[in-house]
Amino acid sequence: MEDLITSILTITIRAGTSLLYATLGEIYTERSGVLNLGVEGTMMVGAATAFAVAYHSDNIWLGLLAALLVGGLMALIHAFLTISLRADQVVSGLAITLFGTGLASFMGQRLGPGGTTMVGLQGPAFQRIPLPVLGDLPVVGPSVFTQDVLTYFLYLLVPVLWFYLYKTRFGLHLRAVGENPQAADVMGVNVTTTRYAYTIFGGVLMGMAGAHLSLGYLKGWADNITGGRGWIAIALVIFAMWDPIRAVIGAVLFGGINALQFRMQAAGTTIPASFLNMTPYFFTILVLVMITWWEVVRKRVGAPAALGIPYVREEKR
Amino acid sequence: MTIVFEKRLTRSRRAMFLVPVLSLVLALVFGAMILLVFRVNPLEAYRVMVQGSLGSGYALSETLVKAIPLMLTGLGVAIAFRMLFWNIGAEGQLAMGGIAAAYIALFWADRLPGPLVLPTMFVAGVLAGAVWGLIPAFLRAALGVNEILTTLMMNYIAILLVEYLYLGPWRDPQGYGFPGTAQFPQVAWLPRLTGRVHVGLIFALVAAVLVWFVLNRTRWGYEIQVIGENPRAARYSGINIGFNILLVMLLSGGLSGLAGMAEVAGISRRLYQGLTVGYGYTAIIVAWLANLNPWGILLVAFLMGALLVGGDQLQVALGLPAAVALVLQGAILFFVLGGSIFVNYRVRIIRGHKEAKEA
Repeated sequence: MEDLITSILTITIRAGTSLLYATLGEIYTERSGVLNLGVEGTMMVGAATAFAVAYHSDNIWLGLLAALLVGGLMALIHAFLTISLRADQVVSGLAITLFGTGLASFMGQRLGPGGTTMVGLQGPAFQRIPLPVLGDLPVVGPSVFTQDVLTYFLYLLVPVLWFYLYKTRFGLHLRAVGENPQAADVMGVNVTTTRYAYTIFGGVLMGMAGAHLSLGYLKGWADNITGGRGWIAIALVIFAMWDPIRAVIGAVLFGGINALQFRMQAAGTTIPASFLNMTPYFFTILVLVMITWWEVVRKRVGAPAALGIPYVREEKR
Repeated sequence: MTIVFEKRLTRSRRAMFLVPVLSLVLALVFGAMILLVFRVNPLEAYRVMVQGSLGSGYALSETLVKAIPLMLTGLGVAIAFRMLFWNIGAEGQLAMGGIAAAYIALFWADRLPGPLVLPTMFVAGVLAGAVWGLIPAFLRAALGVNEILTTLMMNYIAILLVEYLYLGPWRDPQGYGFPGTAQFPQVAWLPRLTGRVHVGLIFALVAAVLVWFVLNRTRWGYEIQVIGENPRAARYSGINIGFNILLVMLLSGGLSGLAGMAEVAGISRRLYQGLTVGYGYTAIIVAWLANLNPWGILLVAFLMGALLVGGDQLQVALGLPAAVALVLQGAILFFVLGGSIFVNYRVRIIRGHKEAKEA
């Protein structure tokens, strides 16, 4: 029994890590008033880049760095189109995802040794390392405290992002830009710069999410490696009501579904794999419906008020 | 020196024409740069793509084959986008249409009178797509659930359902392990016009006329327009937004379902993995590039069909991944999006002090 709990907890956290990175990235992006639907594509390019660079340089950190850069670059395209050129945020995000999916698939087929495919290659990977002392605890020791570096970094990042958002002056500025850009502008906050900065920062985290897929969780490249995780992350943002701490609950919940699916498949259930694979998507819809209903009942709206609305100084809304 | 965007009172006609054309050119240049990074001669690649998609009668017919589902899903997506209902679920609606049509073809073809088989498949496909579209529409209309995410999640569910059916209960027992259903009986084949171009092309043309008529000549179309441009004004003038969402998604999902029916009955004549290859996503680009205009959608769907066939040719002739087509699609969309500012704004560069603007 203890073994079962340990193993489920382990997979939950491993599967939840990339989800949480992506969700945190989107939370910060949306807090500034920019909706980035390009998460899936950004993660995909991040995963491909991370693996390709790590494989050829044989340096996992270089791979990670490249993924962060590429994630930031993808977000920069979105920022430029939507903030500077005032393009529709929904369509621009979709374009990022389509472009990223195509580019990543192209990279996957060309960036192996000598221009061949990367599918099935073994490259450097982040190994799970037990933490001293904490790793010796029962149950949580071999699960929560035996993870890879990227997951440990996440344990630190979540409280930091929460504190920054709610307890610092910069966090206040960020929230102001997302809630009421006119007021923020009057306060002396540069709306454009703020939106650029946090959209790019969000993209960096999405790149990190991709890197964890190909260097940590799945340890390799596969076509369609993200499998909709980027979209689930967008749903988790709503689930978390734009709060970094609550995002953890969502990521654990969805990581847990992944773990259960894994266990059931390993145990050889009679339920066909297709149906098990449907569960995360089905739950996303269910969770969305419940949250929306909950919000209607409580008459509380958690979304940044200016989400998705371009800010133009001269134009009164 | 400052750059000032001045809002135009009317959209610039010249820009509306120039932006897509220039976007295409810039996207090709951008794509060439990516190809160069991967050490591929872009001119050679583009030549292969044009030759393979437009260069012969056969090439043209294959381009049309890919254009048909893009036209139908593109029209479906466009009518929803007109009222700013973000239906990203064309892919799933197409899949459901394919499933329903396959069900009729596989299990009812011998029980129905011959001439009734195809019409029944038609109705089943449209209905299945419409129902799949109605679910997110209902969730949005009744509870306000974000439709971008629900339609998208339902794509994954529908695709997995197709997979379950052709791998599981509907798998061809004589298929030697081929992942797919048995071939449909001949009464369930959609007639072909030339090459593999099937009657679905006529469905698409009729659908374009229908969508144009609804949007431009009916009261309902006017209501859709008002909701899309100003939801608040629509509510004040007594337009029932929720009811319109349901109606529009019925039509939108139905068109995508029809695309699925036409694919299985006209091309594959069975249900297999090749049904869901991303037409529903490309449809979004088609609709947007065409400015949500039905005639434009027919044209852009044809061009996108050529791009897809060209991408396949790259794979055949040069051993390049067909994903190049996806990269180009994304790039075209980037440039159109970026360029649309010139449609709505006049860009002026002012030299000297900022005060000049106020003066």
